[in-house]
Amino acid sequence: MTLAKVWVFAESADGKPVTSTLELCTKARELGSTIEAVYVGTDADAIAAALGEYGVSAVHALDPGEGLVGVLGAAAIAALAEAHQPDLVLFAQTYDGRDAIARLSVKLDRTVLTNGTALSLDGDTVRVGTAIFGGATIVDTAFSGAKPWLAAIRPKSFSAEPGNATTAAVTRLDAVDAGRAGEARVLDRHVEEREGPQLEEAAIVVSGGRGVGSSENYQAIIEPLATMLGGASGASRAIVDAGWVPYSKQVGQTGKTVKPKVYVAVGISGATQHLVGMKGSDHIIAINKDGEAPIFGVADLGIVGDANKVVPAIIEALKAKQS
Amino acid sequence: MNIVVCVKQIPDPAVPGTLDPTTNTLVRAGKLILDESDSYGVEMALQLRDAAGDGEVILVSLAPNDEVSGLRTALAMGADRAILVSDAAFVGTDALTTAKVIAACVERAGSVDLVLTATESSDGYTGTVPAQVAELLGWPSLTFAKSVTLADGAATIQRQTEAGYDTVTAPLPAVISVTAGVVEPRYPSFKGIMAAKSKPVDALTSGDVGVTPVGWAGANQTVAEITAAPAREAGEKIEDDGSAYERVVAYLEELKLV
Repeated sequence: MTLAKVWVFAESADGKPVTSTLELCTKARELGSTIEAVYVGTDADAIAAALGEYGVSAVHALDPGEGLVGVLGAAAIAALAEAHQPDLVLFAQTYDGRDAIARLSVKLDRTVLTNGTALSLDGDTVRVGTAIFGGATIVDTAFSGAKPWLAAIRPKSFSAEPGNATTAAVTRLDAVDAGRAGEARVLDRHVEEREGPQLEEAAIVVSGGRGVGSSENYQAIIEPLATMLGGASGASRAIVDAGWVPYSKQVGQTGKTVKPKVYVAVGISGATQHLVGMKGSDHIIAINKDGEAPIFGVADLGIVGDANKVVPAIIEALKAKQS
Repeated sequence: MNIVVCVKQIPDPAVPGTLDPTTNTLVRAGKLILDESDSYGVEMALQLRDAAGDGEVILVSLAPNDEVSGLRTALAMGADRAILVSDAAFVGTDALTTAKVIAACVERAGSVDLVLTATESSDGYTGTVPAQVAELLGWPSLTFAKSVTLADGAATIQRQTEAGYDTVTAPLPAVISVTAGVVEPRYPSFKGIMAAKSKPVDALTSGDVGVTPVGWAGANQTVAEITAAPAREAGEKIEDDGSAYERVVAYLEELKLV
């Protein structure tokens, strides 16, 4: 049975909705008759216009000022839920999406289903599919409590396709009361220079693991190969834990899901933690010293060898081709 | 400076996990270890306590059995005491109920200035507990911290973002979730391991903290289906004899990517 109303917690970057928001809107059209968004950010009119292309008919917008987007988003949805009665509220599994769904679950006293990679109607309820054990097993969990149901979906789980285009009406909210949580303030935003595409959007991802040897080696072989291929660099959990690269680069269960055309795993053994984040890639190349490493079980092309010899040779060969 | 650190004892991630066919939950029998994700929060708490020069680091944990080996690891690193809520009824407990138990423990722990957590556990990885605990306590939350500084009754963090990081501040008391790799967790010393054996562990049940129902009964969700995902086939595998790079370049050319 189709749901009457699905809400999407919309996020933006550079004045446009982020791809994960558009993925949620696309999927929401399969599940509900009316799709609306709650948006905490600036440029609400431009965001609403873009969301309208994806079938969103109304946008409830709030300017966060210096406040935290997720914290204010939860307060906004809680304030509106009683009057608007959404059946399902969808969040992307992002930094702000996670803050928002977590706080909202307490305000409404509802459970959360997170890390979803699939979403479907099941009679009178909704099912969320989650990958466990390195993506070898999918567990479908259904909501059994009162609405609204709250789900967080991993980016790249669905495609983003415009459809049911409409003009989204924008309703602006005045300040919401987030209590002491609202006392958190963003003092400064630091944007790191990045060459090439974002990790989750890249057509080619080159990731390094423990087998790369050191943070210096990562900078010397992983970053240049990613740049030369016009791709993004990623990492296994082991080297994020070791402090070689930031958490934002982590691919895997407790990191990001990527689905590039080609995924190059360098010095990564292929623990289940990692596989769940990259198994959906079109093609996988693995380079690892240990011929028994589980990564070779999913690789289309496996090279058993020393990453610090093979990768520099690839870089040299690509340079030679370019010149 | 009294700091609560949320820690989870999990099955060794190096051992393949299994689901209990009757409860549809991860089998957590046998020895549990300290989730490595939590070791960063423990280390950061120890550093902040020592910088403040007074106060306690108090561990809070839930377990379906009365396992303490993971807690002893964190006590051996230097935490002062632990509150362990263990209950066979916890099997199937959702993140919100978990957060309710943790929040009740924080209130029980006394005058607490700060709660530190990981960003998510390595086994269940729902990833919402830190902000849920904060909301239950009515406190600000600073999530995904790459660094933490305390001054003048406020916490200021570098919060991980897609573009880089935001500098975010909030008055104490607050909840902070820390990303992995931001501090180097110390190894327990022999002295620390010996001392940990006599540190207090306050063992409670869910009834003691007044949270009901727990387990599947309070989870508002049911497992509908468990299926095997389509497996990926292994492809070509070659030993590097010094020329394997050529095969990689050729493969990229076949895909028209170079």
